[in-house]
Amino acid sequence: MGSITLKNVQKHFGEAKVIPSVDLEITDGEFVVFVGPSGSGKSTLLRLIAGLEDVTGGTITIDGKDVTEAAPAARGLAMVFQSYALYPHMSVRKNIAFPLKMAKMEQSKIDKKVEDAARILNLSDYLERRPGQLSGGQRQRVAIGRAIVREPSAFLFDEPLSNLDAALRGTMRLEISDLHNQLKTTMIYVTHDQIEAMTMADKIVVLNRGNIEQVGSPMELYNTPRNLFVAGFIGSPRMNLIEGEYAQSKGAKTAGIRPEHMTLSKESGLWKGTVSVAEHLGADTFLHLDVDGIGKMTARASGEFGAHHGDTVYLTPDETRLHRFDDKGLRIAG
Amino acid sequence: MARKSTTQSKIVWTVIAWVVALVIFFPILYAVITSFKTEPEAIDGFSLIPSGTFENYITVQTQRDYFKPFTNSVILSIGSTILALIFAIPAAWAMAFAPTRRTKDILMWMLSTKMMPAVAVLLPIYILFRNFGLLDTRIGLTIMLTLINLPIVVWMLYTYFREIPGEILEAARMDGANLWKEIVYVLTPMAVPGIASTLLLNIILAWNEAFWTIQLSTTNAAPLTAFIASFSSPQGLFWAKLSAASTMAIAPILILGWFSQKQLVRGLTFGAVK
Amino acid sequence: MATQNTKTLARLMMAPSVIALLVWMVIPLSMTLYYSFQNYNLLTPQNVSFGGFFNYQYFYTDPAFFTAIWNTLILVVGVLAITVIGGIAIGLLLDQPIFGQGIVRILVISPFFVMPPVAALIWKNMIMHPSYGVLADIAKFFGLQPVDWFAQYPLFSVIVIVAWQWLPFATLILLTALQSLDGEQKEAAEMDGANFVNRFIYLTLPHLSRAITVVILIQTIFLLGIYAEILVTTNGGPGYASTNLTFLIYRTARLGYDVGGGAAGGIIAVVLANIVAIFLMRAVGKNLDK
Ligand SMILES: Nc1ncnc2c1ncn2[C@@H]1O[C@H](COP(=O)(O)OP(=O)(O)O)[C@@H](O)[C@H]1O
Ligand SMILES: [Mg+2]
Repeated sequence: MGSITLKNVQKHFGEAKVIPSVDLEITDGEFVVFVGPSGSGKSTLLRLIAGLEDVTGGTITIDGKDVTEAAPAARGLAMVFQSYALYPHMSVRKNIAFPLKMAKMEQSKIDKKVEDAARILNLSDYLERRPGQLSGGQRQRVAIGRAIVREPSAFLFDEPLSNLDAALRGTMRLEISDLHNQLKTTMIYVTHDQIEAMTMADKIVVLNRGNIEQVGSPMELYNTPRNLFVAGFIGSPRMNLIEGEYAQSKGAKTAGIRPEHMTLSKESGLWKGTVSVAEHLGADTFLHLDVDGIGKMTARASGEFGAHHGDTVYLTPDETRLHRFDDKGLRIAG
Repeated sequence: MARKSTTQSKIVWTVIAWVVALVIFFPILYAVITSFKTEPEAIDGFSLIPSGTFENYITVQTQRDYFKPFTNSVILSIGSTILALIFAIPAAWAMAFAPTRRTKDILMWMLSTKMMPAVAVLLPIYILFRNFGLLDTRIGLTIMLTLINLPIVVWMLYTYFREIPGEILEAARMDGANLWKEIVYVLTPMAVPGIASTLLLNIILAWNEAFWTIQLSTTNAAPLTAFIASFSSPQGLFWAKLSAASTMAIAPILILGWFSQKQLVRGLTFGAVK
Repeated sequence: MATQNTKTLARLMMAPSVIALLVWMVIPLSMTLYYSFQNYNLLTPQNVSFGGFFNYQYFYTDPAFFTAIWNTLILVVGVLAITVIGGIAIGLLLDQPIFGQGIVRILVISPFFVMPPVAALIWKNMIMHPSYGVLADIAKFFGLQPVDWFAQYPLFSVIVIVAWQWLPFATLILLTALQSLDGEQKEAAEMDGANFVNRFIYLTLPHLSRAITVVILIQTIFLLGIYAEILVTTNGGPGYASTNLTFLIYRTARLGYDVGGGAAGGIIAVVLANIVAIFLMRAVGKNLDK
């Protein structure tokens, strides 16, 4: 069980209202990702749920029980920290066993659970080592192991992959998703990386300056961003945002079109642009263009579309995929 | 660096370094050598080879009761250090792990008390000690040494504690450790090296403190600093014995000091140089 | 971490240290300030009266006061010059690859652990004594007249002793700073064709600047309070030739039993120390923010 409800949760640090007011519903078994730029309050929100910070106002409920005032350990949650926060003076075995020891579990049961967790996480050969003797990915697994053995009602992750190199990050992303599929336990995962959010989440919570900009499934956010912030944040490369004459002709202050929703041609099209940089990724090529009358735009071409610096390229937006925003930056329906 | 003549230049540098080091160390060495000479030998011109007598060490004990100031030094330095740690560990813990906006100010203020010239409060302290019957008592001097070294102890511990990541303590809290268990199982094992270094440095500082110990003690509580200083007015020729007393006074701390080179830098610069 | 509970606890845990230091600072200092305005002599404790600024005036017009200030200045600057320059030189030396580096280091830092009275007595009796000291032996070996250091050059002699005690401190800190100089930087400078002198001026010295500042400031704090070395060797003399401010106040207060005068001198010392302290706090404080 692990349903979590936040009602009007606020957090101020002195004068700074880091979380003005947040309402959020997390259902049991969901993989929820908090995503937003650095400093947007993701960690703070996670720590409020964990009980590592006091709320300034509002209530937090876990499985129907009000835990707003409860101590961290009493909330039945487990957390994986960005720095892993392993106990450097304990072996891997003792690290994983620590929460069980704190819960005064029998030694034989502890041993069994630690070994099970180690098997799942491929750590069986390293149980007697100290954290200092492990690689980054192994430390990450120990931190997860320490969380798993407690059988928490929810896992909290704070940017767990940001200290790993790119290749390892990809692997660990899969492993965590896999773990979620096996355990089916609620997970709240904080990241500033929208790719992690898109690939892992059942539900994404987009945060900006302590406010929730939008909540929804990855495809909802991709297809119907509620405002300019979400439109610009979700999707890679970023959505092209166009103001002026073209937007007005569509009845909007700002028009948005994703790089992958334009057709490209070397002969004719709605807009004429000059390639400044072409990034060849193999299957795809990202073209960074200077477009007449609009300015800088990004477009996705297939790998076969040969284009180089200085070439002229014509672009035509797929108008069914056009996003329109009003002068407050909010989405115009339809 | 000088890749061609590595060995050659290394030998040259080695010779220079050893000469410099021996010149600097010479006064200590000479005092140790003199302590094994007889009194006539001691004033009989330059010589590095003593006749090897232990008589001076025995005389220092039998005539001047060397053991008493030595015991005082041990009690004062260890006592004041432990007392300072008892005060400082909780304070440094709080500053490192629950800092507020005022933490830095408090730390700086503590440091500033260390800069108050001792002589400026010599009279009030003397008068207070006299009125409370603390003059020439071990308790009085222990309190004094505790107070003058407390800022350094807090600072050193603070710089060590600050290196323990707060996330680890939070992890322990998430794992169900209460404050007591957090301190016993997580904080203390990680803090022991820092506490040990602080202990070591503070014993050295307390052992060598030579203003208050001389001012506030006469005989009963006088540690080695005051004992040795009392030799300053010469009563006959006594250099070999003085050397013996000096050697015994500095040997234990010299050895401790050798072990604490790194901590010394850190402690005495308040963490500004590591 | 920063829950309300921990904050309250934190305050409780800081309280003993803060209160102890507050008491230790406020009470004696205010007593000193009070005494400095009183005519109060321990020999005639029944005749205490308000003295206004008499004590300050007395202290200020005493010619010994300026001698003492001047001596304090010479002592501090002299020791700083010797230890900083010597410290850099020895630091550079120990930073070279040499045989027996560990032992050399131990030998060099040893004087710092020698308690001041012992250091002073060793130098007074065994090194600088006009008839039996090693320096006298050397002079005689060359057929020269031995120098009576403490009679002829009292302040200089004290400076030598104190510098010997503090040279290890400067060396150790500067060496630590030198060793933290990035090897890649040094190699880059070498690639750029900088010779040893240029590397020292443009790379090493700027890198050392903070350590040098710290050495100067911390030593100054301790050097302003030099006491035992003077007591044991020259006792401030001949005349006032080796009396620094600390020693003058000690003389007035403890040997002259003049509580008021000693207190006035103490307040002057506090003011002087504060001027130095302000600089030190800045330097250390900046480091805190890093
Ligand atoms: N203990 C604190 N005291 C004061 N301000 C804080 C504290 N913790 C976080 N903040 C501020 O709250 C904001 C959000 O921080 P955080 O939750 O760490 O952001 P994120 O994890 O999204 O990068 C930042 O502006 C940060 O400076
Ligand atoms: Mg964060």
